[in-house]
Amino acid sequence: MSGDNPEPGHRPLPEDSMPTGGVNAPVPVAAEATPAVDPRLIVRQEGLKGYLIEFKRRLTSGELGSAPVVVALVVIWAVFGSLNSSFLSAQNLSNLSQQIVGTGMIALGVVFVLLLGEIDLSVGSVSGLCAAIFAVMNVTHGVNQWVALLSAIVGGALVGLVQGLFFAKVGVPAFVVTLAGNLGWNGLMLQILGASGTVNLSGKDIVSRLYSTIYGQQIAAYGLAAAGVVLFLGSSLLDTRRRRAAGVPYRTLTDVLVRTAALAVVGFLVAYTLNQYKGLPLALLVFVVFVVVLEFVLRRTPYGRKVFALGGNIEGARRAGINVDWVRITVFMICSTMAAIGGLFLAAQIQSASQTSGGGNLLMNAIAAAVIGGTSLFGGRGSTWSALLGALVIGSIQSGMNIEGLSNAIQFMITGAVLLAAVVIDSLARRTQKSAGRA
Amino acid sequence: MTGETVLALRGISKRFGAVQALTGIELEVRAGEVVALVGDNGAGKSTLVKTIAGVNQPDEGVIEWEGRPVAIHRPQDAQHLGIATVYQDLALCDNLDVVGNLFLGRELKQFGLVLDEVGMEKRSRQLLDSLSIRIPSVRIPIASLSGGQRQVVAIARALIGSPKVVILDEPTAALGVEQTAQVLDLVERLRDQRLGVILISHNMADVMAVADTVAVLRLGRNNGVFDKGSTNQEQIISAITGATDNAVTRRQARGEGDGR
Repeated sequence: MSGDNPEPGHRPLPEDSMPTGGVNAPVPVAAEATPAVDPRLIVRQEGLKGYLIEFKRRLTSGELGSAPVVVALVVIWAVFGSLNSSFLSAQNLSNLSQQIVGTGMIALGVVFVLLLGEIDLSVGSVSGLCAAIFAVMNVTHGVNQWVALLSAIVGGALVGLVQGLFFAKVGVPAFVVTLAGNLGWNGLMLQILGASGTVNLSGKDIVSRLYSTIYGQQIAAYGLAAAGVVLFLGSSLLDTRRRRAAGVPYRTLTDVLVRTAALAVVGFLVAYTLNQYKGLPLALLVFVVFVVVLEFVLRRTPYGRKVFALGGNIEGARRAGINVDWVRITVFMICSTMAAIGGLFLAAQIQSASQTSGGGNLLMNAIAAAVIGGTSLFGGRGSTWSALLGALVIGSIQSGMNIEGLSNAIQFMITGAVLLAAVVIDSLARRTQKSAGRA
Repeated sequence: MTGETVLALRGISKRFGAVQALTGIELEVRAGEVVALVGDNGAGKSTLVKTIAGVNQPDEGVIEWEGRPVAIHRPQDAQHLGIATVYQDLALCDNLDVVGNLFLGRELKQFGLVLDEVGMEKRSRQLLDSLSIRIPSVRIPIASLSGGQRQVVAIARALIGSPKVVILDEPTAALGVEQTAQVLDLVERLRDQRLGVILISHNMADVMAVADTVAVLRLGRNNGVFDKGSTNQEQIISAITGATDNAVTRRQARGEGDGR
């Protein structure tokens, strides 16, 4: 593949031969003529070895990304799988893929708030409130299910607007605003649920069907995996072509193919497992679509760039002309809206909205999922995929413990320990990044 | 070498409560000229810069832009005129890469809402090349860059909006010898590109290295504008410290006929 490489400076330096002191060492004038890659830049080697070296370099400089959570997931699955073979059965894994959706959706919103370096402690209550809004409107008052669904989601957005206004405009710390919200919205939920305290869903409404629908045809899961792979390959090739035409560094064809192959392996493995049981759950499909779309918003739109900029340097963002208040308010709205959607999925899971909706350790699980997945508590670093991976870790622990028949007491302690481990890794990684000049 | 006057301050005064921070300041910046603004702590350098950049409004006096009096009420007004300011703290986002920082707040877009990463990367490289700025890669986070590289990125960012006057607030204060040289090279390149540069510095060596004109402030007043060709470091330092500020030296200066 070396033939199509545009970078004449494509000779990787061993890491320890980097000139450490001479960052501004005089550069040969000849290099000026060709705007080539700076010889000081470490360029990835060709082939598989290059990937390994690059990967090691990233890890040692503290750019852990999703590596710890993937390792954790492998360990958890290996442990529970060896304890009880039914853990890794297609049935259990399929159920798991549905069970994580509620928490995962809430964690998606939490990722946005964490990217600002803030926190939202009200997501649990908001999820319960919005589930109650839907259930009471649809079941008790017989309102059209779509109107009820829209009301619940808009309700979530309004909650975010109120909290965002207090945070951005009044200047109350987000921690306090959302802590007050945690109590207040829970109270509002109890008010809405009224005396009975529990409203059972009809089982035929859109929310229930969103959760219970499973596409049994083999083609559904495989087709989705194939579509994902083709989409990824297509966009990668298109990107490579544009970059090549513009004369900026691009991924080589091998690089693109290796990445596509990795995605294909994971995608088809998941599809195969799902098809071994009932098929592709609609809830999982909706969740993955949300993850992909929101990741696109974060990485590829000016709005996402603003969110990251605020997480990096608020004063810098303000001087660059970014409307800091507006971004903050909208991020809190996104978070509460995702909490509302997550709450609807959780209500569908138990087929009711009750006084305990959104309570318990849901709030902790949602925040833990985002952090365990690799989104930094310090702001400015993260991805929506961390919500999926983190929710999967927490869901796996719960599922495995349930199979083993362990009590809630043990579950809480273990989940707490995993969250602590994730935060410790985040803090240590940040320290390493600083010393490696990456934070 | 220097061209027409781009920016001129006429009798600028600024009070903060009981403090007269600036009194009747005169300053001219021509295209292709580096004006060093020097003075002791509290001389009013920062206040003057903030006045030009639109952070503060002057109580008296006129700011002229290309010969016309203008009102600069907000930082955006200054940017629209073509005045770019690089503050001492740089205000870069550590977690974004060089391209992200250069285009922060004015990203190029495709289809109206998607970032045009390729276009931005291409223009970033062109801009950095035109300034002979050497950054290992425009796709590494700012956190990986040295202090000098961050400074040149911050200056390059100021140039994205094609300004006519660039204000640099202590650009070399935190830098080592080589990095300082890099920044001073960049200042000279800005001059070659016919930009007016206002350079604030405490470092006499830097000032003497790149400035065409040295404007000295002392206690909020003009204390001499020196042409670099016909002055020396001692003269400037005595203007800064006020050694030229008493009747005896002023009399001597009149006698010799070369000072002010």
